Amino acid sequence: MSKKNKQSRIAIKQQGSRFLLYLTAALLFFCASALSSYAADVSIHGFIQGNYSADVAKSNPDGGDFKWAEERLQLKLDANKEPFHFFLKADAFYDHIDNKADIELREGYVDYTDKKWDLRAGRQVITWGAGDLIFINDIFPKDYESFFSGRPMEYLKKGIDGVKIGAYPEFASFEFIVIPVFEPNNYTDARRFYMFDPMPSVTNRETKDPATNLENTELALRAYRDIAGFDTSIYFYRGFYRKQYMIPDNLTNTTKITFHYPKLSAYGASIQGRALDGVLSLEAGYYDSRQDRAGTNYTVPNSQTKFLIGYQRQLWEDFTAGVQYFTEYMHDYSEYKKAQPGGLPKDKKIGQLTSVRLTQLLMHQTLKLSLFSFYSISDGDYLINPEIKYNFSDNLWAAIGGNIFGGGERWSQFGQLDKNDNVYLQVRYEF
Amino acid sequence: MKRYLFVLLMLLLPLNVFAVTGEEVMKKSQASFLYQGKDFKARVVMKLISKGGAERIRELTMLRKNYGEPGGDQKIFMYFFKPADVKDMTFMVYKYPAKDDDRWLFVPAINMVRRIAAQDKTSSFVGSDFTYEDVSGRDIQDDNHSILREEKLGGRDCYVVKSAPRAADVDYSYKLSWVDKGNFLPLKEEYYDKRGELYKAFSADEVKNIKGFPTVTKKKMKNLQSGHSTEVTYIKSDYNIGVEDSLFSERFLKQPPKKWIE
Repeated sequence: MSKKNKQSRIAIKQQGSRFLLYLTAALLFFCASALSSYAADVSIHGFIQGNYSADVAKSNPDGGDFKWAEERLQLKLDANKEPFHFFLKADAFYDHIDNKADIELREGYVDYTDKKWDLRAGRQVITWGAGDLIFINDIFPKDYESFFSGRPMEYLKKGIDGVKIGAYPEFASFEFIVIPVFEPNNYTDARRFYMFDPMPSVTNRETKDPATNLENTELALRAYRDIAGFDTSIYFYRGFYRKQYMIPDNLTNTTKITFHYPKLSAYGASIQGRALDGVLSLEAGYYDSRQDRAGTNYTVPNSQTKFLIGYQRQLWEDFTAGVQYFTEYMHDYSEYKKAQPGGLPKDKKIGQLTSVRLTQLLMHQTLKLSLFSFYSISDGDYLINPEIKYNFSDNLWAAIGGNIFGGGERWSQFGQLDKNDNVYLQVRYEF
Repeated sequence: MKRYLFVLLMLLLPLNVFAVTGEEVMKKSQASFLYQGKDFKARVVMKLISKGGAERIRELTMLRKNYGEPGGDQKIFMYFFKPADVKDMTFMVYKYPAKDDDRWLFVPAINMVRRIAAQDKTSSFVGSDFTYEDVSGRDIQDDNHSILREEKLGGRDCYVVKSAPRAADVDYSYKLSWVDKGNFLPLKEEYYDKRGELYKAFSADEVKNIKGFPTVTKKKMKNLQSGHSTEVTYIKSDYNIGVEDSLFSERFLKQPPKKWIE
């Protein structure tokens, strides 16, 4: 296991134990209130799943031939006693690549609901923005390894440990989120995926999460309402980039790389509504890179402005097509060019990404054929994800698909994943 | 001028042998089938039956609220209990008679509310033999309606109305409806394809009086060409329960209130 991974595992463990505290507190609170009158109404659901993804281009860097190979049991526990609601979603799995079993708390929270406001405390998944797999104002943690390994889509989203307060006055609705513990994105594992590494010879690596304190507590706010038939939202976020950026100890003779998560504030807006016989989405955001507003520090990204337009339409029975165009503009580009060290790849001033999603349902919607693809106009690289999913019964479904990467440069987003093409199988029994 | 008008009236007279027009019958039928009460709630079980007899079950709670006159705006909220892979999913429609509906879907696994682009004319509702339009109602103005005859069906006096789409926006070339003359509920419908062959048949198999509103509590749609059919049963239903406007919002799509979905 790489040092980076060890570090993040430890971080997760620490976070886990902290979370257990919250959870215990929440549970006690809930049970106490439930016992005070009558028993809460409780339901348990979940699934058993097999998920396997095999290399088709080349064996993994560590010699293995699978990107993913596991069996998994998920249990979802729901308990209600108005005005409280308790939800727990936990996975137990056996990973055949690392030969280990583990338990993962996916979500676990308590809701309190009042007439004009509500509160959710604990581990929870939050999804914002109008994009389809293109995220501007959804600054919550993601698991890209999961996405590239052919796991079900829900595993792309990671939960946050925090509190969400909803307020619903007449004129608009609000979601205010406080996240005391930082959770980074998860990227591909270096043993399973070929990725670009500008300094492969430097093995002394360390990742520094932002310290958990009041100053580093992340804040996120969304205000939304209907404007002329369009779902309109504005967003604000103050926290950190969830992607790590590297700080070499010495540029000419690097012996150690420290990875960090620079400070970020984001401001944005989105609208989504019916237009041109389909659904039109627009989203924009400004990323204020608070640690390097001048753009002169190469270990911190420059500020950016991002924009997305998407359109989705049903063309015939049970066939839907969606297209998206995304662009990001780097501010202070001349400073960036000057500051970027010679040996490191340079981002373009304007990045452009497009996506297409085609979905056809057949046989009374039990068979789903889908194709999703990214193509970057600025880098020339792509991702293609075809999938066939069949529901054998109300409880049993299976999906077979593939992830094909290529084009661009050996450091560009999908170009660097060129040798990682895989085909995957997901089989799930739900109960 | 008067003379022409007289001639015109004379020409129209033979068509006007019924006290009401086909359009009036279909308007009244839609009002009693889809717009009764101020609001309506039902626990719905849909049985999707394949040609070979294999069954799949969809179970949901549907809440509906009227805004304005029958045939006017409606808001619809659905919460799915079954099957397991869509449990906790919610679906919301703002229905407008003269323009396309707004539709939202909540996907619980990623806590996301999305607009969906499905066209209601031909799209199947959750894989069943009913289209979205069958569930939420087709605009009366989209068809030309004429009363063909009156006849008895299962002991009830019915108008038999032919409805032909003005535009080629649906799969059928015309539809025949047997509308109960007493309560105006559609008791039977036959859909004919472009070659004039019967390919889809609807029947209202049970009508119950709920709070004074005659309500179809069991219905069936069968596709005669594929052999697939869908049976719908309202196991619980109620009218005028005071559904609040605020229910039809993103907030409650994500956290549907127990009192409304149970």
